[in-house]
Amino acid sequence: MPLWQIDIHPAPQQLDRMGLHTADEIYQLGLGSDLTVAAARGFLVEGEISEQQARSIAATLLADTVTERIVVGQISENEPGDSDLLSEPPESMMENLAERGVEDQPHLVHVMSKPGVMDPVAASTQNALADSGLDAEAVKTFRKYWISGVDQSGLDAICRRALSNDSIETFVVGPLRMNELGVGSQGQFELVRVPIRSLDDAGLEKLSKEGQLYLTLVEMQTIRDHFASLDRDPTDIELETIAQTWSEHCSHKTLAGRIHYRGPATDGTADGDERQYDNMLKETIFAATQSIRRTLGDDDWCVSVFKDNAGIVTFDEDDHVCFKVETHNHPSALEPYGGANTGIGGVIRDPMGTGMGAKPICNTDVFCFAPPDVTPDELPPGVLHPRRVIQGVVSGVRDYGNRMGIPTVNGAVYFDRRYLGNPLVYCGNVGIIPVGMEDKEVKPNDLIVAVGGRTGRDGIHGATFSSAELTSESETLSGGAVQIGNAITEKMVLDVLLQARDRGLYNAVTDCGAGGFSSAVGEMGEELGAEVWLEKAPLKYDGLTYTEIWISEAQERMVFAVPESKWDELRELCESEGVEAAAIGRFVPTGRLQLTYQGEMVGDVAMEFLHDGRPPVIRDAVYHPPQVTPLGIESRDAATNTQTLLSILGSYNVASKHWVIRQYDHEVQAGSVVKPLVGPQCDGPGDAAVVRPKLNSQRGLVISCGMNPHYGDFDTYHMATSAIDEAMRNAVAVGADPAKIAILDNFCWGYTDRAETLGSLVRSAIACQDMAVVLQTPFVSGKDSLNNEFSYFGDDGQKQTIAIPPSLLISAMGQIADVSKAITMDLKETGNVLMLVGRTRRELGGSHFGLVENVSGGDVPRVDAVYAKEVFATVHAAIMNSEIRSCHDLSEGGLAVAAVEMSLAGGLGLELSLADVSRTDGEGDPLTSSEILFSESNTRFLIEVAPDQVAAVSERMSGAGVPLTRLGEVTSGTTVQIEDGDDVVLDVEIAAAKSAWQAPLDWH
Amino acid sequence: MSAPRVLVLRAPGTNCDVETAHAFEVAGATAERIHVGRLMENPTLHKRYQILCIPGGFSYGDDIAAGRILATRMHHHLDDMIHHFVDSGDNLVLGICNGMQVLMRLGVLTAGVETPQVASATVGGDAVLSGQSDADGPGHDVPPATLTWNNHGRFEARWVHLSVDETPCVFLKGIEQMYLPMAHAEGKFVARDADALEQLRSAGRLPLRYCDGSGEIQSETLQFPCNPNGGDANVAGVCDGSGRVFGLMPHPERHIDATQHPFWTRRKTQPAEGDGLAMFRNAVEWFA
Repeated sequence: MPLWQIDIHPAPQQLDRMGLHTADEIYQLGLGSDLTVAAARGFLVEGEISEQQARSIAATLLADTVTERIVVGQISENEPGDSDLLSEPPESMMENLAERGVEDQPHLVHVMSKPGVMDPVAASTQNALADSGLDAEAVKTFRKYWISGVDQSGLDAICRRALSNDSIETFVVGPLRMNELGVGSQGQFELVRVPIRSLDDAGLEKLSKEGQLYLTLVEMQTIRDHFASLDRDPTDIELETIAQTWSEHCSHKTLAGRIHYRGPATDGTADGDERQYDNMLKETIFAATQSIRRTLGDDDWCVSVFKDNAGIVTFDEDDHVCFKVETHNHPSALEPYGGANTGIGGVIRDPMGTGMGAKPICNTDVFCFAPPDVTPDELPPGVLHPRRVIQGVVSGVRDYGNRMGIPTVNGAVYFDRRYLGNPLVYCGNVGIIPVGMEDKEVKPNDLIVAVGGRTGRDGIHGATFSSAELTSESETLSGGAVQIGNAITEKMVLDVLLQARDRGLYNAVTDCGAGGFSSAVGEMGEELGAEVWLEKAPLKYDGLTYTEIWISEAQERMVFAVPESKWDELRELCESEGVEAAAIGRFVPTGRLQLTYQGEMVGDVAMEFLHDGRPPVIRDAVYHPPQVTPLGIESRDAATNTQTLLSILGSYNVASKHWVIRQYDHEVQAGSVVKPLVGPQCDGPGDAAVVRPKLNSQRGLVISCGMNPHYGDFDTYHMATSAIDEAMRNAVAVGADPAKIAILDNFCWGYTDRAETLGSLVRSAIACQDMAVVLQTPFVSGKDSLNNEFSYFGDDGQKQTIAIPPSLLISAMGQIADVSKAITMDLKETGNVLMLVGRTRRELGGSHFGLVENVSGGDVPRVDAVYAKEVFATVHAAIMNSEIRSCHDLSEGGLAVAAVEMSLAGGLGLELSLADVSRTDGEGDPLTSSEILFSESNTRFLIEVAPDQVAAVSERMSGAGVPLTRLGEVTSGTTVQIEDGDDVVLDVEIAAAKSAWQAPLDWH
Repeated sequence: MSAPRVLVLRAPGTNCDVETAHAFEVAGATAERIHVGRLMENPTLHKRYQILCIPGGFSYGDDIAAGRILATRMHHHLDDMIHHFVDSGDNLVLGICNGMQVLMRLGVLTAGVETPQVASATVGGDAVLSGQSDADGPGHDVPPATLTWNNHGRFEARWVHLSVDETPCVFLKGIEQMYLPMAHAEGKFVARDADALEQLRSAGRLPLRYCDGSGEIQSETLQFPCNPNGGDANVAGVCDGSGRVFGLMPHPERHIDATQHPFWTRRKTQPAEGDGLAMFRNAVEWFA
């Protein structure tokens, strides 16, 4: 059967964008400068297709004949075929090289996905060919490059590190020589039993590791003893099922486990705070929510919290809203594009699988990376360069969110070298669900129906792998855990889901995430029991074993519990939308999980053992905050302060994220009210997003976040309260009602088997509990990702480990009754008054002043929660009464950065004075002007007030006991000037500030 | 007058259908979202409608190229429907973003521009190369124009100023300027050659252009970000010779309400509606 290769080049007069981009990437990664690269994309089409047909396909379907040039040839393994023709570099490249006197023939490299990796374009092409009446046996896509200016050894590094990713792709130097594209072949069924009963402790540990089960010895012993009591050995699928269910990812066994904690008392006494938890999460974060709900009584607005895939709260009479944030860290470290792609794809399925199914309305994304200016020789083995990680992660989220038609409205990016081996990728999704659809219940004899993508060999062991520490070997060991998503399949599933929900075609739904069918069916059938017919699952290709079918984490699948009487209607609905659905089993009241393959029982586990048989994890946790060394700033002159300000604006954390934001569609669904970038030039850093989820209603949602890993180096308690304060500030600043803000916790931490590491986490959970209760701000959902450490062997042969800093993300979902009351942070009008809300202390610990000036120490910012609640309520009341024109929270970089951001966003100047700012900080020396400018004290806002509203605002604030200081006026000038008495202490051109802020991440 | 009926076409990956139908409803039309599969099953279904709207999204994932697969499907299976809306003279067609990409691939926006028959030996302006002689290969038309990747090579979301040139375009009647969001990766308008560009321009078929804040139409390609994709003659929309069939890359359905404007919070009073609504109202009024 002929195999056609169709190469598609830019037409001669067109820019070779991919070639230029690739040359730039190679340069940025330090793999070669002054290279010439030409690039093309291509298709391999196998089938009974004539040359004329191949050329017709190329010209009418695959290429754009205005802007592209086509080369068609036939290839085979043993014959040269048309390989000379297909290998010929583009003329423009050869002319370019000839002009520069380069005579060496460029190297040719082809890059394509490994067998079994999702190739959505190939699948679509095959369907489109069928539409045109052509029967292609198989289609595969590839990229090809001609590279000049590098020797053989340099070429290999370029192929591995710039052109391809070994986790999912393979490269071929020279022409493609093959006969067929086939993947997968019929396997022989063979039941595998694992002789666990005979294993000693060493054997159990070996099995856990080599089988990628990642269970502890105690857990392995429990499994051995269980099967010993049954007088048989487990099958491989039984062992895998238990490992999935007991994995950290699925059971959160550490944080929901028994923990004995010792930490500092409120007065600082070491080990003065001792607590014993049976279930730490339940007794801190969840307990806070329960307490708030009790206090709210009849006004309780929580609907379903900590029990479903996302937390649900009330919205209006007809609808509730839900929110979930997940992480996808380990996959993103290995394959940033695929990891982030399936990360956002996975979290979108959470609201879809909440209650009877919610409609996703917006996404959030927060990333933690190592700085992109890390030099290549600083990289430990097995680590991708941060630049590649950033590019891959951003495009992964982009391609999934945009294709799903869900706006990405809020996010943040943090940089720290400790994220080098373990980047963090937090993805969130908000959904809307009709009142009455928040609960679900599987009924006996419901069919287990898998809907959506087919099952393949992708994503094997993702759930258990996420419990493992990453090492330089992870790439080779766990490449199978990495997947590529296909957003359109998920969009089609969503189209079906909403119709099926409204027609009442099922009793329950959940998403198929980590652990695949094993987790989804195991969870849904926990109360009843289930039998699963594994051979009924639609497969991408032949050759999967029954175990692979069961634990595959292939994307875009949902599992429904469908009454027999509704199955025909659901199947027809799916067919009408082109979505595949298959009944793969039945929920039966046996209390057992029974798995069959072609009629033979391959697994039979009691649900009780599966869900309650895991021995509790018992951990010690201790916390000793580091000794605080005082840090203050002497009064400095304007030039020095201005230089510091520009350095902070240009630091990666603070710098403009427009390069990321503009790649995301933040307005699809037409609900965007306050966008991520605000002001007349649409380039100011908005505090939070406002979204109007219903086209006929003015009621809005406010989405924001708070995080500051640098504070965690000082005290994770104050890091946590600061993160909550920041998320609240951001939401309140645009108009959210602080009395109805739901928050989410996402803990990403290092190796929590270490008591000190776990202690730092428990301390932050206690902080979350304390703060939430006082603010009456309930946590409604959360997730943790532990063991984020990267190990490798250094040049000296010593094992080295990089642990991430404690990274607690707080995501907030607030509400605003009428979106037309929302405000933004850009300065609005000359002559308006700028005022500071809140009090400033000497709090420079973990500050950006410390970061850019390279000084350590200082007191980390704290939160007075009782006072904060009053500040939030008062600012909100003023915004609702239209007394405030613009409002911005003070965070990284403090007052100076916030004022300049308002100015550069609004294109207006400021003339301010610090004369009236309170200087007292407890017993210490009065604050200097530089300290007022750069301290990062919490619970502060800058507000812009029209002159005729100043009296009203002042009266409101003083009535509530909220400190308010008049700083100065908005001007039509081009500078921000700040005085302190007779001295100018800061003087910066807005244009200079803007360019310092925009430059660092203004990538192309 | 009875409200015109709008067929908002839905395909796998379409994702602006709900808000587009809403915009038509606000303008006074009756809009229904119909899956492409229903139209293929029922060959007369489309006859109920007077306006065909292909909304934004990523139909079939934009696999291969934006809009390509949906256009191929429509070409193979929905020829009658295309004829009904495009050629009968009584109906309107609007393609927004991905919808414009589909209409461009179908060729209905650039129909009537004189197209030289090109032998495959010069496809793409260079020799097409094949293992065997290609003298006997079939010729393939090079269309008068296409939409290709933005100059910077990636997806971009931002608001753009637009000006309307003199045109028969029904949807743009009475509109001089609009401020709308664009959100695309493959929206750069490229004409086959200067002649094709001039044929379209002089017939008023390049009616919507990216411009700077001044609102003046420039023939020189404006710099990014005024022209967000680098397209020839700053073209943001193309219509057929009659003005009844129109495609544009920016999203008028995302500027119906005043609070959708990117800096509405700077205004002390809000207009009753966003700039995009006039286009939908024009469509409804054409049937009055």
